[in-house]
Amino acid sequence: MDFRVNEDQAALQEGIRSFCEGRVSIEQLRELEGKGFESELWSELAEMGVFGLRLPEADGGVGLGTADAVLVFEELGKALVPGPLAWTHLAAGLVDGAADGTAVVGGLDLSDGHGAPYIIEHFENLDVLLLLYADRIERVAPKALDAKPVATPLDPLTPIFEVSEIPEGEVIGGAEDAQRMRFEGAVLVSGQLLGITETTLAMSLEYTKGREQFNRPIGGFQALKHIMADCFVRQEATRAVVYAAGATIDDPLAGDVSRAVSSAKAMAGESAWKNSRAAVQLHGGMGFTWEVPVHYYLKRTRVLENVFGTSEEHADALAEGLGQAVA
Amino acid sequence: MDLRYSEADEKFRAELGAWLKEAVPAHGKAPSIHDWPGRRAYDTGWQRKLFDAGYAGVNWPKEYGGRDATLTEQLVYYEEIARAHAPYVGVNFVGMLHGGPTVITEGTEQQKAKHIPRILRGEEVWCQGFSEPVAGSDLAALQTRAVRDGDVYRVTGHKIWTSFAQVSDYCELLVRTNPDASKHKGISWLIMPMDLPGIDIRPLPTIIGDSDFSEVFLEDVPVPVENLVGEENDGWRVTNVTLRFERGTAFASEMYQLQESLRDVVEIAKRVTRHGVVVWEDRALRREVGHLQSELDSLWAMMKLSVSETAQTGMPGLGASAIKLYYTELYQRVCELALGVLGRAGLAREDVGGLPTQDALRRMLNSLSLTIAGGTSQVQRNIISERILGLPREPR
Ligand SMILES: Cc1cc2nc3c(=O)[nH]c(=O)nc-3n(C[C@H](O)[C@H](O)[C@H](O)COP(=O)(O)OP(=O)(O)OC[C@H]3O[C@@H](n4cnc5c(N)ncnc54)[C@H](O)[C@@H]3O)c2cc1C
Repeated sequence: MDFRVNEDQAALQEGIRSFCEGRVSIEQLRELEGKGFESELWSELAEMGVFGLRLPEADGGVGLGTADAVLVFEELGKALVPGPLAWTHLAAGLVDGAADGTAVVGGLDLSDGHGAPYIIEHFENLDVLLLLYADRIERVAPKALDAKPVATPLDPLTPIFEVSEIPEGEVIGGAEDAQRMRFEGAVLVSGQLLGITETTLAMSLEYTKGREQFNRPIGGFQALKHIMADCFVRQEATRAVVYAAGATIDDPLAGDVSRAVSSAKAMAGESAWKNSRAAVQLHGGMGFTWEVPVHYYLKRTRVLENVFGTSEEHADALAEGLGQAVA
Repeated sequence: MDLRYSEADEKFRAELGAWLKEAVPAHGKAPSIHDWPGRRAYDTGWQRKLFDAGYAGVNWPKEYGGRDATLTEQLVYYEEIARAHAPYVGVNFVGMLHGGPTVITEGTEQQKAKHIPRILRGEEVWCQGFSEPVAGSDLAALQTRAVRDGDVYRVTGHKIWTSFAQVSDYCELLVRTNPDASKHKGISWLIMPMDLPGIDIRPLPTIIGDSDFSEVFLEDVPVPVENLVGEENDGWRVTNVTLRFERGTAFASEMYQLQESLRDVVEIAKRVTRHGVVVWEDRALRREVGHLQSELDSLWAMMKLSVSETAQTGMPGLGASAIKLYYTELYQRVCELALGVLGRAGLAREDVGGLPTQDALRRMLNSLSLTIAGGTSQVQRNIISERILGLPREPR
């Protein structure tokens, strides 16, 4: 056991980080408000290997593992890269063109049994829609759905559409595939939530070190320092549990996959939310403006919280598991 | 990012597990909290058994009697000890978990040869004489004076909250050797034999009803100069080594044990009834249990990451403060949850209705000390925000 990020992984993460810094700045994100999608960016992400990362090399992929993918998604989360990233990544190998970026794949997670209204992200940019049920995966052509755009989505970078009826699709995976997709999806999204947890703390630190009131940096007030210390603890705990979930999916003998995934998603959802809320508070009035990008993070957190199981659903699953283990 | 234990680790786990299965029940029940000779004998007797079986000081150097095991074997050790509900380190806490490690890191050859094997065998019990009435969170304000007089330091002062002082053989003692230097610069770290003349120990009752800590009055106590660890006046640096161990690795087994405590909550919840239904059916309770499970898993993953890093540096990093802070606050949440589940049964400090109330209440009361001892939660937050996050410092 050596749980540290190894050199190859650090290099992979660094590559994605510098790509995002150059390509997905806050200014560029502002341009994408209301659209949340840019096909050029999508192709570049595909070229970077974001979608084919875990596809075997023989099939045209990069042949890496879930732990590696988590690091990539952490960076995508930090940079707030928009689009149906996790779904397209999960569809690589399952839907032609997903890995190389020629097919944009979205999805709707119905495995929790929720009913209408059905909200689908990025609908108008999708080539294929996956329907994830508890016991199967289906694919449908988006045009088979009667989808109404929602004029004001919570996340300005994630357009949503409302659908009231779900058509029957073509079954492309069974119960095991569905479960694997749910686990992997939860871990990838946890990676993004980890990225949000980190970036919102970094923003709070930068702001409170620079802003002065009462003739000193507000970051020197203990009431704020302690909030940020708690944000840091949350960040470190989340990093550890999310990486552990990725590593456990890669090596199921290292732990209990279902528990590792639920612990990660429950933790990451809570942490991203708490750290983004803290960031709003620590920025004062600025934190309530559209101009300061903290709200993008807060809003994206809700999008990511509500897919592949909410924090509460994963907490319930963990309790269920523990209840069964205790006679 | 490799999480899997090796075959050798698993073999170690199996051997240790098999040994614990016999050894733990054979060691019998812990004596009453008021029976000090009994407690010392029980705790050091267990330490001796660990030593004889080759499990004492898993990460300590072989030349002083340790096992020199890999870092993963240490983690396996912590997990198995917790799982087996093995006796707590008890009076061996200071010697095994931070005093000993400090001597290994900072001590002279002579000091190591003299103390380390005896600590490992359960022959030497240590206590920690850091805090003073005027120096709690502001530890560097300590005033206990040590004046050089030939081969000895003559030590005079007043220590407080000294755990296990009444059964200790040695004390890791902080003294002021240079009163003229600034407060962090004039401190030294001494090994004080507790049988020297001039030491007066007065136990203080705790909220648990035991007297695990004491006041220790020192008057002209002659501590040999050879017992100085590190350089004279360099004691603050040595202190930080001690505190890193105290915050970083000292709680590993209890941390894992928390998983067991959470299971205990579930078990109790399945046995008690309220409003005509089994308490475990309460969805709000279950959800909190689920969140705690997620957070305990996060804590243990953090520990694994930290141990993987410590393997490279030999000493826990500043992140130890984050782990200590998180662990102690989670511990309190688990205990409070148990208290809520017990309801009126939790008014009893001994087992009632076949429920493990004695243990649950002792743990709950004790949990309140964890965010105070070893540096309060507020102090840990100061350390994190200033030294890790680079925010402006508090006045000091
Ligand atoms: C069970 C137990 C066992 C112990 N065992 C030992 C032992 O064996 N040896 C030993 O040397 N000591 C021991 N201690 C002492 C322990 O280390 C101190 O109690 C601790 O460091 C706090 O110091 P204090 O009690 O003087 O509290 P204070 O420092 O007076 O703190 C009181 C309150 O003020 C807060 N506070 C203080 N300074 C700041 C600040 N700068 N910013 C924000 N908040 C602040 C604290 O967080 C706390 O809430 C033990 C304590 C307990 C409870």
